Amino acid sequence: MDKLPPWADAVLVPLISLLLAAALSALVILGIGENPVEAFRLMVEGALLRSAGWGYTLYYATNFIFTGLAVAVAFHARLFNIGGEGQAMIGGLGVAVICLYLPWPHWTLALVAASASAAVFGAAWAFIPAYLQARRGSHIVITTIMFNFIAAALLNYLLVNVMKPPGQQDPATAVFPASTHLPTFQDMFATEAMPLFRGSPGNVTFFLAIAACVLVWLLIWRTRLGYEIRALGHSESAARYAGISPVRTIVVAMLISGGLAGLMGVNTAMGEAERLTMNATEGAGFIGIAVALMGRNHPMGVFLAAILFGFLYQGGAELALWTNIPRELIVVIQALVILFTGALDNMVRAPLARLFAARRRAT
Amino acid sequence: MDYATLLQVLDSTVRLATPLLLACLAGLFSERAGVIDIGLEGKMLIAAFFSAAIAAATGSVWLGLLAGLVSSVILSLVHGLASITFRGNQLISGVAINFLAAGLTVLIAQDWFGQGGRTPSLVGGGRWGDITLPFAETLAPVPILGPFYAELLSGHSILVYVGLLMVPLTWWVLFRTRFGLRLRAVGEAPEAVDTAGVSVTGLRYAAVAICGLLCGLAGSYLATGLQAGFVREMTAGRGYIALAALIFAKWRPWHALGACLLFGLLQAVALRYQNIDLGGLTIPVQLMDALPYILTVVILAGFVGKAIPPRAGGEPYVKER
Repeated sequence: MDKLPPWADAVLVPLISLLLAAALSALVILGIGENPVEAFRLMVEGALLRSAGWGYTLYYATNFIFTGLAVAVAFHARLFNIGGEGQAMIGGLGVAVICLYLPWPHWTLALVAASASAAVFGAAWAFIPAYLQARRGSHIVITTIMFNFIAAALLNYLLVNVMKPPGQQDPATAVFPASTHLPTFQDMFATEAMPLFRGSPGNVTFFLAIAACVLVWLLIWRTRLGYEIRALGHSESAARYAGISPVRTIVVAMLISGGLAGLMGVNTAMGEAERLTMNATEGAGFIGIAVALMGRNHPMGVFLAAILFGFLYQGGAELALWTNIPRELIVVIQALVILFTGALDNMVRAPLARLFAARRRAT
Repeated sequence: MDYATLLQVLDSTVRLATPLLLACLAGLFSERAGVIDIGLEGKMLIAAFFSAAIAAATGSVWLGLLAGLVSSVILSLVHGLASITFRGNQLISGVAINFLAAGLTVLIAQDWFGQGGRTPSLVGGGRWGDITLPFAETLAPVPILGPFYAELLSGHSILVYVGLLMVPLTWWVLFRTRFGLRLRAVGEAPEAVDTAGVSVTGLRYAAVAICGLLCGLAGSYLATGLQAGFVREMTAGRGYIALAALIFAKWRPWHALGACLLFGLLQAVALRYQNIDLGGLTIPVQLMDALPYILTVVILAGFVGKAIPPRAGGEPYVKER
């Protein structure tokens, strides 16, 4: 098939996919008798035109950066980690254990320890599927799906039977001690004169997510391990021939992927709820798939796509508040983005490739 | 546990196993033809919604079933378009379909009924009635076998019996007809089928469409048979359990029946007993919930015989030129 110029591959294809998804979403909104232009205006207003809206948008984006990076790293090794949801749940457990059962003098120390713990817990949850894929050829997609359900059952059990304080009704841990509460954007940037980000959950974890983007970029394109991961993703036989151990690389790539997904728990449990609740992940693990596909598995792309989905999430909440459009609209948009950027990629790409080839011949 | 309780548990096992079985056979057709389908969940969900919605609007469960089948087949064709025609990633397509169904059902339900993403409760002709098998009343007093026949075998909705009949039918179609042979061949070695002059694309679309029909039956049963109406996310992971059962059954119809009955039993027990007390050792209900998934991982790990999927599964077929 004809090749596309790199800029078209990186920018044009995702953009067209996004436009297709947006057009179909607009049709859906029309179909349920609402005005898509008005809906879009409400979303922009609620998510981007107020600082509190940005606080929410960036809070959601933080989640999606972590899960998007998790999916992207696995994709580089041609592994489809659909278990980000479960790994993030278990990552949250890692955060709760650190915050509840150890005394912390200051939030910075607690953040370091909780992040490490979240990453280790998330990675541990990815280990069994990774090992089974690498050693026994069990399909990682199926095992990670199964581990999502097992994680939900495990978390449910722990919250209801072990970690719930006596006398409390809802399945959640006790509130974390005040010394582990992370500063929100409001704490950091609001002044008396300028009350920014009021009441929004965006917090310092966002910067941790940006750091994760940089580190993942370094890992994938500037280290030997990253080279091995990409080599394995391109061709397992060639990688093996070059002396790269597929077993080791698969396991390590999945551990990194699970660790990144686990880090999302820092944002939800420590940054927002300040305790561990049952449905803290809210499907963010799955949105990571859309984010990674849309961002072409590049940290910069993941970052931008995560902001976009953060906007959609916050905008969707605003829509649900002011119109008759339920939040599930976002799930539809997410599905369409996954469909067009992931599964129907060739449908978008093939006509473009022909177009570019014709232009090249003409000049 | 006395005999009556046992029968009750088995009775709900059959009911709960039916949607799993139909979805599992749906996946069987698709995957035997080389198209991996993790969108069973989404297809069931959309069929459940449209069955319940149309049944609620018209009062006819048959029209509901028709709507469910159509909606499910449409999603199947989207999956076919992505994975057969445009040679996209079948797993990603399946994921997209699951989300599409999860979002659309609630969106449309809210628009049509305004009840927070559910349909009104179905009554009368909007639901499948229970069928009493012949002589169930007269045979009921016979010890042991009488209640077994009257309570367990008799008194289910028609889709339960359809589901059970689908097992031999699937076996017959796949292993005793020319279509079945070709369908299995296209999942193992599509190039051979192509060489023989049979359309790989046509066969795979046929398999995907059958998958859609069976998922439609499963979803329809869920909303208009097992329960009386649609609620959001009502499939609750059944599509994935069906997928697990398919692997458990190693892609064989009779084994699929066994696997689905086993997973149905687990659900029935979890539903009836919250926590199981085994003399000091308590099995929490969450473990029962997770057991199908844990069992599947164990099977996949190859500790209980190796589960070998169809060889060309997940691979789009590219004709050589």
